[in-house]
Amino acid sequence: MSTGAVNDAAPAPAATPAAGVIAAATEPVFLAQREFHPFEAGGETFLYLVPSAAVFYLDEASHSVLQALDRGPASEDDIVAALGPRFGESAVRLSLGELMRVQAIGLTTAAPETFPRVLPQANFPLTTMVLNVTNKCNLACTYCYEYGEDKIVDTTCDPAPTYMSEETARQSVDFMFEQSGELPVAHLTFFGGETLLNFKVLKKTAAYARERAKELGKDVDFSLTTNGTLLKEEVIEWLAENRVGVTVSIDGPKETQDKFRVFKNGMGSYDYALPKIKMLLERHRTRPIGARVTLTRQTLDVPRIFNHLRNELGFWEVGFAPVTTADGRGYAIEDTGFDHMLGQFEELAQEFLEFALEDRHHGFSNVKETLEEIHKGVSKAFPCGAGLGLMGVATDGEVALCHRFAGSDDHSIGSVHNGLDRKRQFEFLGRHHVANKTDCSTCWARPLCAGGCYHEAHVRYGDTGKANLHYCDWIRSWTDTCLKVYGEIAVHNPGYLEQFD
Amino acid sequence: MDHLKAINRKAQRIQEHVGAPGAAVPVPEVGPGGGPAASGVPPGADPGDMDVVGLESGPHIPLGCSLVFAPGWEVDSTGGTAGLCQPVERDLFDCHLACFWPAHVPDQLNHAPDWTGKCAAAQKDWRKIDLIFP
Ligand code: SF4
Ligand code: SF4
Repeated sequence: MSTGAVNDAAPAPAATPAAGVIAAATEPVFLAQREFHPFEAGGETFLYLVPSAAVFYLDEASHSVLQALDRGPASEDDIVAALGPRFGESAVRLSLGELMRVQAIGLTTAAPETFPRVLPQANFPLTTMVLNVTNKCNLACTYCYEYGEDKIVDTTCDPAPTYMSEETARQSVDFMFEQSGELPVAHLTFFGGETLLNFKVLKKTAAYARERAKELGKDVDFSLTTNGTLLKEEVIEWLAENRVGVTVSIDGPKETQDKFRVFKNGMGSYDYALPKIKMLLERHRTRPIGARVTLTRQTLDVPRIFNHLRNELGFWEVGFAPVTTADGRGYAIEDTGFDHMLGQFEELAQEFLEFALEDRHHGFSNVKETLEEIHKGVSKAFPCGAGLGLMGVATDGEVALCHRFAGSDDHSIGSVHNGLDRKRQFEFLGRHHVANKTDCSTCWARPLCAGGCYHEAHVRYGDTGKANLHYCDWIRSWTDTCLKVYGEIAVHNPGYLEQFD
Repeated sequence: MDHLKAINRKAQRIQEHVGAPGAAVPVPEVGPGGGPAASGVPPGADPGDMDVVGLESGPHIPLGCSLVFAPGWEVDSTGGTAGLCQPVERDLFDCHLACFWPAHVPDQLNHAPDWTGKCAAAQKDWRKIDLIFP
């Protein structure tokens, strides 16, 4: 079955619905498939409708009706004549009517469904502020590491420009609460090069944020990402006490790391970080701790990495992201490596499914996130919250679309000192609405993808407004896998899905 | 509905909206070019029934990073860090000497000694970091 397309007949007045499905029109009217992605799961057939993102189960009659339109538009009478003997005329007409109501099919004379170009209201609240407490990323700063972690934590001199000052951090907190509007909770994520390099400011900022939250009668929630190398007792205790959500960037078991030892100069390693990470997992029990893995084509042993991090080390969740840097010309991860990786993700998704059917926690966070979005039926106006509910603050206090753009003047939308530049923000949003991405307008995955990361697009095409067409195959295959997992769960253990309500 | 069954929440909302027996068959309210359809609403029909189903409350405005495998998910859809993304370019510097993540960066000692040559201040210049092909 192909994804439905509406024919290109010149728009004409729509036929008048009446008894049955379509009115007794003077001219014959034709029905055609509209946009959807069909999938099979648990022995049943489902439709993922686009752009509404609704998931419907199809019975045999409605499935056959859709199939009858696979080869192009047909009239209601033709379909009834073809399928009536098998299902009964009234069942065929009824199912035609139902498919029309949910817009799986439509009149060929109807205009294609357009995506309402809705912009959020002007005072859309900030949910998450990502604070770039250090931008330790030039060579001088990496040398700093060689002097040892204590130097950084204990430094009494003025902070280097690569570290956010206490003052800027406080102003950022004020900015965050101001922009969070009526929301009862503000999320503050510490980010950086290595976040813990600026632990001193981080600690003070968190304390200040708590104080301010109390005054305002709000809550504040903290999280951070670290590579784990700077974790120590004092830090871990603080993280646990403050219920800071921690994610450790780690690429897998020792042998995976060892593969890359040839590239390294002797500092830091799996062995170096492991005891620290173990201590974190043992002592920080107030929030689940996640791991994030970046896959390269040399480390494509997804099940092994997952097993090590989840089962051997005890991370609560493990998320993966493949490196997708090259543009497809001669980069292996896009051909055989790509298939291999996708195959492994599918295997892990299958395992997730087995766990879900028994109501057990699995920890493959990529699947879970997508399932939640499928369950809710999100149909995104923007690929992500950048510049909307999510903003990044650079070490100097410039407010960027998100953490990845922090420090880029071209993508600044204000500063914590002078406030948000609403005009720039809305110009950006207006230009980046999914309705503007013509490349995506026929893609069934757009309710979830909406064109993908602006930053990736910027790096790739020099334009944040471009759709990330280099990873469409990946996105569509993955979305299809998750839809199937969703369908299986819906058939065999629907109760599991209630957690996403 | 007899032949379709709503599975996810969005489908249930659509069903509540259009599923009642006798509910009008929806005709898109938006005509070509984005204006109202010239005669999309049949005479006598309640225009409320003619809404584009499933979109009546407007599209979803996301909060966190993009779809799971898109690169940028340092912050997930709930604003937390449960499902996160690959490192930003700026991270690369931390990785390649402090070296927790040697995997992500070229071998600067042997293979690509000038990899960061054009990038004195990564916060501003990180886009100049080039791809390296083995
Ligand atoms: S970027 Fe690709 S996968 Fe994503 S919505 Fe656009 S066309 Fe679809
Ligand atoms: S632009 Fe990319 S990195 Fe930034 S929030 Fe969106 S998806 Fe994440």
